[in-house]
Amino acid sequence: MLEIRDLYASIDSTPILRGLSLKVNPGEVHAIMGPNGSGKSTLAQVLAGHPAYEVTGGQVLYQGRDLLELEPEERAREGIFLAFQYPVEIPGVNTAYFLRSGLNEVRKHRGLEEVDAIDFLALIREKMNLVEMDENFLKRAVNEGFSGGEKKRHEILQLAVLEPRLAILDETDSGLDIDALRVVANGVNKLRSPERSAIVVTHYQRLLEYIVPDFVHVLARGRIVRSGGKELALELEAKGYDWIKEEATASA
Amino acid sequence: MSQTTAPEIAELANREYQHGFVTDIEADSAPPGLNEDIVRLISAKKKEPDFMLEWRLRAYRHWLKMEDPTRRKPSERWAKVSYPEIDYQSLIYYSAPKQQKKLGSLDEVDPKLLATYEKLGIPLNEQKLLSGVAVDAVFDSVSVATTFKGKLAELGIVFCSFSEAVHNHPELVRQYLGSVVPYTDNFFATLNSAVFSDGSFVYIPKGVRCPMELSTYFRINAANTGQFERTLIIAAEGAYVSYLEGCTAPMRDENQLHAAVVELVALDNAQIKYSTVQNWYPGDEEGRGGIYNFVTKRGACRGRKSKISWTQVETGSAITWKYPSCLLQGDESVGEFYSVALTTNRQQADTGTKMIHLGRNTRSTIVSKGISAGRGQNTYRGQVKILKNAQGARNYTQCDSMLIGDQCGAHTFPYIEARTASAQVEHEASTSKIGEDQLFYCNQRGISTEDAVSLIVNGFCKQVMDELPMEFAVEARKLLGISLEGSVG
Repeated sequence: MLEIRDLYASIDSTPILRGLSLKVNPGEVHAIMGPNGSGKSTLAQVLAGHPAYEVTGGQVLYQGRDLLELEPEERAREGIFLAFQYPVEIPGVNTAYFLRSGLNEVRKHRGLEEVDAIDFLALIREKMNLVEMDENFLKRAVNEGFSGGEKKRHEILQLAVLEPRLAILDETDSGLDIDALRVVANGVNKLRSPERSAIVVTHYQRLLEYIVPDFVHVLARGRIVRSGGKELALELEAKGYDWIKEEATASA
Repeated sequence: MSQTTAPEIAELANREYQHGFVTDIEADSAPPGLNEDIVRLISAKKKEPDFMLEWRLRAYRHWLKMEDPTRRKPSERWAKVSYPEIDYQSLIYYSAPKQQKKLGSLDEVDPKLLATYEKLGIPLNEQKLLSGVAVDAVFDSVSVATTFKGKLAELGIVFCSFSEAVHNHPELVRQYLGSVVPYTDNFFATLNSAVFSDGSFVYIPKGVRCPMELSTYFRINAANTGQFERTLIIAAEGAYVSYLEGCTAPMRDENQLHAAVVELVALDNAQIKYSTVQNWYPGDEEGRGGIYNFVTKRGACRGRKSKISWTQVETGSAITWKYPSCLLQGDESVGEFYSVALTTNRQQADTGTKMIHLGRNTRSTIVSKGISAGRGQNTYRGQVKILKNAQGARNYTQCDSMLIGDQCGAHTFPYIEARTASAQVEHEASTSKIGEDQLFYCNQRGISTEDAVSLIVNGFCKQVMDELPMEFAVEARKLLGISLEGSVG
């Protein structure tokens, strides 16, 4: 599915990722944990193709193709989805229209027919139930005036609509209360299948009680310093990140 | 913006104007230049009654005494636009498509002319019937086709070319012409008064609600022809009318002057909704060859509880200089101005409105959305004036600017003057840059950058688009998309 080889990336000439490697097979859920500033969000943004980040070395293969060659919208159409940590507001743009535009771009790319407004409404209703969102959101402008929790649910709604092959969740749990967390996790779990993979970026172990990962990786100073099963998350929870930072500094 | 997006913007800025083509129709033109004889020629060609000729001549003589704002030193010009001097003696002041006889139906209209409209996607015939729009088409200077007249006539509505109105309703023309924009008003309005060729005339009688949107499509054609349109709309007591004005012009090299005048009069409880989509040739990337659009538009809310709304979507012209205004004379009258102005390449727009509150408890709303891309310069200039007797007057102004790229500019000049203590004036303004993060968010959902820009800009303009009549709004959205294709990434 995805193979990251010795990836280096920087923003405004400041190096953030320094030789990161990771392999994700179909059906796997990988959790990326680590202290603030370790490069977790950068990894998510680089995979999605944010233009502010510059890849300075390494390779990323996605379904056997060079991912870094693709424009952000091509990556999206090829099935990469990023649930943003801070979803932006787009004033005046109707949420339903936005969702349908995205869906139709993806469908066109996959050789499927575009969905008209009526069929879309049926589809979106079902997905909105999944994330326990009120239909009124469809009439509002994209993320405008949404609370933090509503924005995150909206991200998961989009995930459910677009049905990506590789979902990247960037600190989706931050700022969520326990009910919202359950809803979000439920939305993600419903999409788990042998063909789909996910990378879950999180600072806390809490989310991983709901979205149980196959692998946990610890990031420090822009590279993976430790990998393990889901029990690694618990260990981190108990011991904190300081020992990781020390190890990373010692080995650097 | 980051380094990666700037070149994209530059690259996408190189698209060409989609409506650039010239129709070759033998023109019946006056020689270039302006003098009293030309004014007399225009009036004679139109077989106008004496009062019209006299009015034109008064305007012409006044015009000779006026100072041409285009000859002022740039530092002394109040509008934030720059352009070369205009040589009025090189312009042609009269040009009409050749017609052998009076036209009885559309079948008799020059097929080339009709084809031009087809190219623009503005079919004059059955399609308009189906969409319920009556069209008074102005091709160059003379109206060549008018539909729906019979149906409107049943209701006593007059919708015709200005020339016809002069012949058939001279008393109305005499009473209202120049009553909102006097012939002494400003350099371009005075010039228009002297030489105006044609335009539209609408009269909605007392208590009548016009059952369809009235629409005029303008198209500037024959080379070197200054266009001097004149529109007069009168809504009598309790009448309602929605009027649509839309236009697009062929690509050419010389600058073309367009100095139109629009006058609206609303009597007691009358309502006029005037919507414009303007898409004249803006010039090439260097700004060569675009239209100069110096227009005077003004409405008088003369009656109690009357209402005038201006809605405009401006994407074309090299230079736009335009301030649709409302004189709120009647007590409790309402003036509204909703505007989207988009400038790309080297376009310059200095637009806004004037709301002059004279009557008690008068209200005005101004919503202005300026979008600048490429090297476009966009200026909002608005005046809200509340006079001594306008007790309880209220104004709300919202003025938002959006910048696309880093070579464009947005400027806001609100002038507020309140001479009564009971007036309430609110002003809100914002400037935003189309965000890299917004574009990326759309991209990440599979939407291309070009579509994302169109989406974001249309969202930004929603408040104004919502004011446009349905079929016009669809056209306007497309136009914004097309205009942006040509200018941003």
